[in-house]
Amino acid sequence: MNLPSISMAKKPSEMSRRDFLRSGAAASTIVIASGVTLMAYGGDASAKGADANKRWGLLIDVNKCASNCTACVSACSKENGWEDTGHPETDAQWIRKVDLKEKSTGHELSLPVMCQHCESAPCIDVCPTGASFKRADGIVLVDKHTCIGCRYCMMACPYKARSFIHEKLENQKKHAPRGKGTVESCTLCVHRIDAGGTPACVEACNKTGHGAMIFGDLNDPASEISIALTKYPSVALRDDLGLNPGVRYQNL
Amino acid sequence: MIRLFLIAILGVGLTVTSAAAGDPIYPDVPKPLFGKPHPEGNLFMRVNHMKLLLHTRDLTMREGERDVKYSLAECLTCHAVNGPDAQPVSIKSDQHFCRVCHDYAAVKIDCFQCHNSKPAKETQAWIRPERADDSAIASYLKEAGQ
Repeated sequence: MNLPSISMAKKPSEMSRRDFLRSGAAASTIVIASGVTLMAYGGDASAKGADANKRWGLLIDVNKCASNCTACVSACSKENGWEDTGHPETDAQWIRKVDLKEKSTGHELSLPVMCQHCESAPCIDVCPTGASFKRADGIVLVDKHTCIGCRYCMMACPYKARSFIHEKLENQKKHAPRGKGTVESCTLCVHRIDAGGTPACVEACNKTGHGAMIFGDLNDPASEISIALTKYPSVALRDDLGLNPGVRYQNL
Repeated sequence: MIRLFLIAILGVGLTVTSAAAGDPIYPDVPKPLFGKPHPEGNLFMRVNHMKLLLHTRDLTMREGERDVKYSLAECLTCHAVNGPDAQPVSIKSDQHFCRVCHDYAAVKIDCFQCHNSKPAKETQAWIRPERADDSAIASYLKEAGQ
């Protein structure tokens, strides 16, 4: 019986040495001038998806964030299906509210902290399987198909942004598969972004009227977030580490 | 004496064969009530469904490509099986579409440790579990064995 053939281009991440050598047939080398070569690999150039020209980011205005408000946290939990399982020390936290108090003045601040979607993310550096990765548009994710649950990334992350799933789960959201033995963190609501939307936390924050979070493309100088970043001073959490996070804070 | 023994063995063999003919020998694959059949054909899907899913899984997860031809969610939408409560069953039930064949082939699948094994609420489709045609599967197994 003859079956219809299927051809599937492998991702560079899962290309073995043999695959790479075999792909030589699909690779072409163009010599533009002496010493300058252009190499093109066989692939689907028309593929849509994460746009490498974009870098998604968040800007959080701490002054506008109310200390008693947890709308962003509950919206994230509802959207992605992580919840309280009665084990507060190990429960998943994709986003949390952090309250700070300046001891000398008594001034209090409250801000949400989630995965900061670093440009040079330590979680990706330490991942032994390549499960931690950054999409072309700057969103840092965990590929749970390859995550072995070693939790190196949880130790490497200076923001304590990642959680490990200890319990067996059922009835996960279709767009947010999660399972026991894997690590997870804020996905910047990647399913919404791919559909042209904004993250659930930002939407919830705007709904409460606080408007403390701005989501947008950091690479687009005309976007709301870029204009706000140009106009007012902002900081990255643990800026000393030089990770260049996609999440930035104002009035901190 | 030996002849008698052989006859006895033959008799036992015949009984086993006739009993097996009445029992479901092949997996009872539930058939969708609606939706278009796969243009590639069932045989192609039986052999290649995992390759297709692996391909789209990497496309969606790593590249952010959501407009894919095959997806696990789509499989579950059309191939949902209703339980006695008229609700789609989860992977815990041996009536689940994926389990019917995988139990038969003794292949453990771990997709549903993370993915929801029921169809998404907004896209529920109903299926009547129905005894599949044994002869069709028998001929498939014969072809696949060649």
